Amino acid sequence: MEDLFGIPAPLLFGQVLLGLINGAFYAMLSLGLAVIFGLLNIVNMAHGALFMMGAFVAWLLLDKLGLGYWWALLLSPFIVGAFGVLLEKLFISRLYKLDHLYGLLLTFGLALVIEGVFRNEFGSSGLPYRIPPELSGSWDLDFMFLPIYRAWVVIFALVACLATWLVIEKTRLGAYLRAATENAPLVQAFGVNVPRMVTLTYGAGVALAALGGVLAAPIYSVNPQMGSNLIIVVFAVVVIGGMGSILGAVLTGFGLGIVEGMTKVFYPEASATVIFVIMVIVLLARPAGLFGRA
Amino acid sequence: MATHQRGRLPSGAQLSAPGVRRRGVLAAAGALAATGTVPARAQTPTIRLGVLTDMSGTYRDPTGPGSVACTQQAAAEMASRGLSVEVLQADHQNKPDVGANIARQWYDQGVDAVVDVPTSSVALAINGIAREKNKVFLNSGAATSDLTGPACSPNTVHFTYDTYMLAKSTGAALAKAGGDTWFFVTADYAFGHALQRDTARFVEAAGGKVLGAARYPFPATTDFSAFLVQAQSSRAKVLGLANAGTDTATCIKQAREFGLTRNMRIAGLLMSFMEVHSLGLPTAQGLLMTEPFYWDLNDRTRAFSERVRPRMPGQAMPAQVQAGCYGVAMHYLKAVADMGVAAAKADGRAAVARMKAMPTDDDAFGQGRIREDGRKIHPSYLFEVKAPGESRGQWDYLKVVATTPAEEAFRPMAEGGCPLVRS
Repeated sequence: MEDLFGIPAPLLFGQVLLGLINGAFYAMLSLGLAVIFGLLNIVNMAHGALFMMGAFVAWLLLDKLGLGYWWALLLSPFIVGAFGVLLEKLFISRLYKLDHLYGLLLTFGLALVIEGVFRNEFGSSGLPYRIPPELSGSWDLDFMFLPIYRAWVVIFALVACLATWLVIEKTRLGAYLRAATENAPLVQAFGVNVPRMVTLTYGAGVALAALGGVLAAPIYSVNPQMGSNLIIVVFAVVVIGGMGSILGAVLTGFGLGIVEGMTKVFYPEASATVIFVIMVIVLLARPAGLFGRA
Repeated sequence: MATHQRGRLPSGAQLSAPGVRRRGVLAAAGALAATGTVPARAQTPTIRLGVLTDMSGTYRDPTGPGSVACTQQAAAEMASRGLSVEVLQADHQNKPDVGANIARQWYDQGVDAVVDVPTSSVALAINGIAREKNKVFLNSGAATSDLTGPACSPNTVHFTYDTYMLAKSTGAALAKAGGDTWFFVTADYAFGHALQRDTARFVEAAGGKVLGAARYPFPATTDFSAFLVQAQSSRAKVLGLANAGTDTATCIKQAREFGLTRNMRIAGLLMSFMEVHSLGLPTAQGLLMTEPFYWDLNDRTRAFSERVRPRMPGQAMPAQVQAGCYGVAMHYLKAVADMGVAAAKADGRAAVARMKAMPTDDDAFGQGRIREDGRKIHPSYLFEVKAPGESRGQWDYLKVVATTPAEEAFRPMAEGGCPLVRS
C-alpha cells in the first residue's frame, strides 16, 4: 500500500471524497446566505434554524402524512420557503434602512426562538429518518465503501448550486436581481416590483437551506441543534469566499470541506478550528474574501 | 407538598415546583433570569436542591428536564414526610465556566446541594466549588471515574455510573466474545478521554489490543464519517464509541451507512435507551449497552417509572441519569431528615458523611451503599437492544444479557487513587 504524508493513499482518497460531501452542505447553505446578503444586505443568522426546519418538515411529512423522501425534497423547500417569506414580510423588511447589526441580531433571535420551539416539542435526541430504499446501499470503491446516498448528495448539491448560479448570472430575472443589488430605486423606476423581488429572494434563499435540511435528514439525526452546529462554519465559508459572491460561496464550500476532511486525518482535534484559522488568514490578506470585490 | 420562598435566582436559573410540570428552558445566549413567587411557610428551614443540567444541548433528553422531574419527585415524596424542599433548575450549556458561575451563585445564595450535572468537564469544576464552600454535590449525569479517583471530595457523591463501570461491563463482555482489536471514536474532553482509557484497560487485560483512536472536537462535530472510515481501515473488530447523547446516535447511524457493521461490532460505551428511542429499533437492534437502571428491570423500577411519568417531558420513561437524580436526592433528603435540617445546611461535609453512613434504598436502584470515596455501589446490567419483532410496546427496547454484582461493578477503592481513602 502506498503512503502519502505517512497516511495510506486509499485512506487519503476516501477522506477527500468525504470532505467533498460535507463541502456540498457548506456550499448549499453558504449559497443561500450569499444570495440573501447580496440582495437584502441581511446577515441571515436564522439560516441554520431554517435548515433544521427543512429536515423536520421532511420528518413530519413522513410521520404525519406518510409522504416519503422524494415528496419531502419537493414540498419541504416550498413550505419552509413560504415561512421565510412570512418572516421577511413581518420582521426583516422593517430593517433594511438600518445597520447590518440589527438584521444580524433579529435573525439570531429568530434562530433561538425557532430552535427553542422545536427543542421543546421534539426534545434534543433526534428523530429517526431513513435513507430512501432507492438510494440505500453502498459502492465498494476499493479504497472505501461509498454510500450511494452520499454520492447522491454531492451530485444533487452541485446541480442545485449550478442552477442557482445560472438563474442569477444568465437569466432576465437574475439580471433584475443583480441590478437591484446595485441600484434598487432605478430598477423600481423601470417598473420592476423590487420589494416583492426582495421577499421572493429571501424565500428562495431559505428554500435552499430547507433543501439542504432534507438532504441532511437521512445522514444526521434530525434534531434541533443540527443547524446551529453548522451555521457558524457556514458563515466562515461565506466570509472566506467573499460576502455576497455566489461562485465564491460554492467553490469555498467544497474547498473547505476538503480541508476540514484532511484535518480530520492528520489532527482530528483541530478539525473544528481549521476553517476559522483560514478565515483569519484570509481576512488579513484579502479582507474582501477570496472571490469578493474590495 | 414542597414549600417555596421568594428569592432572586442567579441568571440562568429557574424556580420550579414539584407537581408543576415545566416545559424546557430556552437557553438564550446569556440565559434568562427569573424569580418565583410561591407561598412561604416559616418555621422549618427549607432544603434547596439546584438541578444543574443540560437543558438545551446534546445531553438534554437523557438528562435535562427529566432530571428536574425526577428530583422533584424525590422532593415531593420526602415533603410528604415533613421536609420542606425547594427545587431549582438551570442550564449549564455543557460549558464549565457557565456551570461554575451558576453553582457559585447558587451556593452563595443558600442552595444546599447541586444535583445531576452531566458533562464531566462541568462536573469536575463544580466538584471543586462544592468542596471549597463546604456544600453538597450530588452527581448523577457525569461519567468520569476521576470524580471518585484523583478528584474525589468529601462533599461529593457520584451516584449513577462511571466510565470504569461502563467500560468493565460492555468492554469486557465484547472482549470475551472475541472482540480483541478496538478502534475508538472519542469525544475530545475529560469524559471521552476517561471512557477510552478505562475501556482500553479492560480490553488489554483480556489480551486485546487498541489499534487506534480518533478524538473529535466536542460539541462542534456534526459528521463522523471521516473518523468512521479511519476506524474501518484500521481493520479492528470493535468500534468503541467513547461519547454520548446525539453524538453516539449519529455515529451508529453513520456506521451502518458506511457498512462498518459488516465486519465490526459497535460498542456504544455510554448509551441509554433514549438513544435507542431516537435511532429506532431497526437501526439499533443487537447493540450492547450498559446501564444500572432500566424502567422495566423489576417491580420497583416499574412502580417508580409509572409514578414519575406524569412529571416527565412527553410522559417519557425515565432514563438512568434521571432515575439517578431521584435516587441520590432521596438518599440525601433521608440523611438530612436523619441529622436535622439545620445541621445538614450548616455542614455539607457532615451531610455527605451521613449519606455514606446510611445504607441506600430506593425504588429505582434498590439497596446499596455509598463508599468512602463517594462512589455509590449497585449492580450494573449489560443489555442488548431488542429486534423490532421482540418489542412489545413503545418503550420496550432492552433485554438483560448479563449482570455484574454491586461489589464487582465499580473500580476497587484501592485502585482509584482517591486521597480520602489513603488518609
